[in-house]
Amino acid sequence: MQPFVTHTGIVSPLDRANVDTDQIIPKQFLKRIERTGFGQFLFFDWRFLADGTPNPEFELNRPVVAGASVLLARRNFGCGSSREHAPWALADYGFKVVIAPTFADIFFNNCFQNGMLPIRLTEEDVDELFRRARAAEAGGSPYRLHIDLPNCTVGDDAGFSRTYAVDPFRKRCLLEGLDDIGLSLQHVDTITAWEAAHAVPSVE
Amino acid sequence: MSSTPRTLLDKIWDAHVVCTPSGELPILYIDRHLVHEVTSAQAFEGLRLAGRRLRRPDKTFATPDHNIPTTDRRLPIADPISKQQIDTLRTNCREFGVRLFDLGDADQGIVHVIGPELGITQPGMTIVCGDSHTATHGALGALAFGIGTSEVEHVLATQTLRQAKPKSLELRVEGGLHPGVTAKDLVLYLIGKLSTEGGTGHVIEYTGPCIRRLGMEERMTVCNMSIEAGARAGMIAPDQVTFDYLRGRDYAPRDFDRAVAEWERFPGDPEAVFDRVEIFQGGDVVPQVTWGTNPAQVVGIDAAVPDPSTFQDPNERDSGSRALDYMGLAGGTKIADIPLDRVFIGSCTNSRIEDLRAAANVVRGYRVATTVHAMVVPGSGRVKRQAEQEGLDRVFRDAGFEWREAGCSMCLGMNPDTLEPGQRCASTSNRNFEGRQGKGGRTHLVSPAMAAAAAVTGHFTDIRHWLYR
Repeated sequence: MQPFVTHTGIVSPLDRANVDTDQIIPKQFLKRIERTGFGQFLFFDWRFLADGTPNPEFELNRPVVAGASVLLARRNFGCGSSREHAPWALADYGFKVVIAPTFADIFFNNCFQNGMLPIRLTEEDVDELFRRARAAEAGGSPYRLHIDLPNCTVGDDAGFSRTYAVDPFRKRCLLEGLDDIGLSLQHVDTITAWEAAHAVPSVE
Repeated sequence: MSSTPRTLLDKIWDAHVVCTPSGELPILYIDRHLVHEVTSAQAFEGLRLAGRRLRRPDKTFATPDHNIPTTDRRLPIADPISKQQIDTLRTNCREFGVRLFDLGDADQGIVHVIGPELGITQPGMTIVCGDSHTATHGALGALAFGIGTSEVEHVLATQTLRQAKPKSLELRVEGGLHPGVTAKDLVLYLIGKLSTEGGTGHVIEYTGPCIRRLGMEERMTVCNMSIEAGARAGMIAPDQVTFDYLRGRDYAPRDFDRAVAEWERFPGDPEAVFDRVEIFQGGDVVPQVTWGTNPAQVVGIDAAVPDPSTFQDPNERDSGSRALDYMGLAGGTKIADIPLDRVFIGSCTNSRIEDLRAAANVVRGYRVATTVHAMVVPGSGRVKRQAEQEGLDRVFRDAGFEWREAGCSMCLGMNPDTLEPGQRCASTSNRNFEGRQGKGGRTHLVSPAMAAAAAVTGHFTDIRHWLYR
């Protein structure tokens, strides 16, 4: 996995709550047996019109957010299906960071497995970021955020700066690009001993 | 070990933490790993690339369910990409020594139907699957939750997961359900009250007299939809209903009485404290119908589609009006006046024998409305055979329903069973997301009895006033 330390990128606002993983990557694209190549299908039903051309109404298709790598979203982002194809599609499209007031649990975990950082900010802070992004875009330029993982900060060039919480283990895995299966296999002897002592689940 | 009173979740958790390395997440042991074709191929490939072995093939069970045709199984799978996904599952199971309930196996079916049905699911266990509806298995008093494909690979390689302990949420339901009101109505009602993220970060334990009175399959319906309230897992403490259900099943423990003696120790201690408690009255629940594009957008059959502009929360207002747009509905329309094009009875929520019996009882002696295309997709090969022994397939076919082979089918429409754009469907499944059953399709979630009644009348109909023949 690629380490994640700091990142600066264009923010792409997606102003809707409860974006589910069926929207992030619709089911017809789950038949593939690879981990790569899903970016072209990201938000497929919103992003493309029936004739296959980009939908000019959809936020991510606006020229001002071209090349965005920070997705700004609303509450309960990534709800629904456990499909890891959702973070695969976001990462393959170019997103490194997703910011929202809340995330669905499975999606949140899946992000870390793919070198992508999900950041929870308060509803007020997310509102403020939407305002700042809109103001910048109204002036014709994209809105950029700087994300620093070692210090757990997110901020812009105009005075916005916040800290966020991230689980220390997840943080270390991201910073060092660690394979957590490899880490867990370092404890294989403990697992083997535990298994030998616990043939069936019993109340301890 | 501990004298502090503990919940069911606490007891299962404590019984499965292998160790917590300093500065790291706990390593949680996994008793059962259920595998299907859509979320496992990349995980097996990861094992192969890293030269790792499957640690416990004996605790891993696989079946194809999401992406399989429900029509004649003797015919080859038409879609070459779907066929490749099924073939890949076969190759992986053969190579790594996993028991596969393949197409054509008498016990094939939806993974969350066959786990309990075969007795693979047992109280006190930790159970995972690359599918968010894994919570279903919590109905038997297990801690069961959905995981992503990277985590599937982690379990394959280590038989463990890195997990922070979730918080506990007690949903206590007092009283009982009125006649005609089902477990599906109860869980839709609870999701409507909690919202789609009310359970995020929590494991729900359903408690109270109303829950205790539910049969085993009804409990599965309730736990199944925990994820629609944001909770990764839902559980119900094991009791005599659980033990009676499991006794004699293929994979149930051979020394069953000894197993029961252990399982009886898992229910939470009376003084155990939950992180959060919510209390509801079973008697408040009427048959439910979703009107929007998430399962919390739900009302009673006797109500009207709400007007989102009256909603307090700006997020809810925005998603509500977006949902009505997508659903082609106007606020104020009576639910009972909404006409249907399709009816789908199936999915891991409602495709078990009791669901099919309930639907068949409604349909018996009636015909499907000429404007409606209706289908029944049993949850497993066993459910299908049982239904056929009872003559339920005749009831459905005589009424004009299609009678299919077992699979996930139109719950997610990965296979050819999909809605056409604009088609409106009464569905016993679990998600009414935009495009879930087919691009542009409009899904209303209901109970099997309500779906059956809607198939007959062509619009939503209050099952409490149904004239059974």
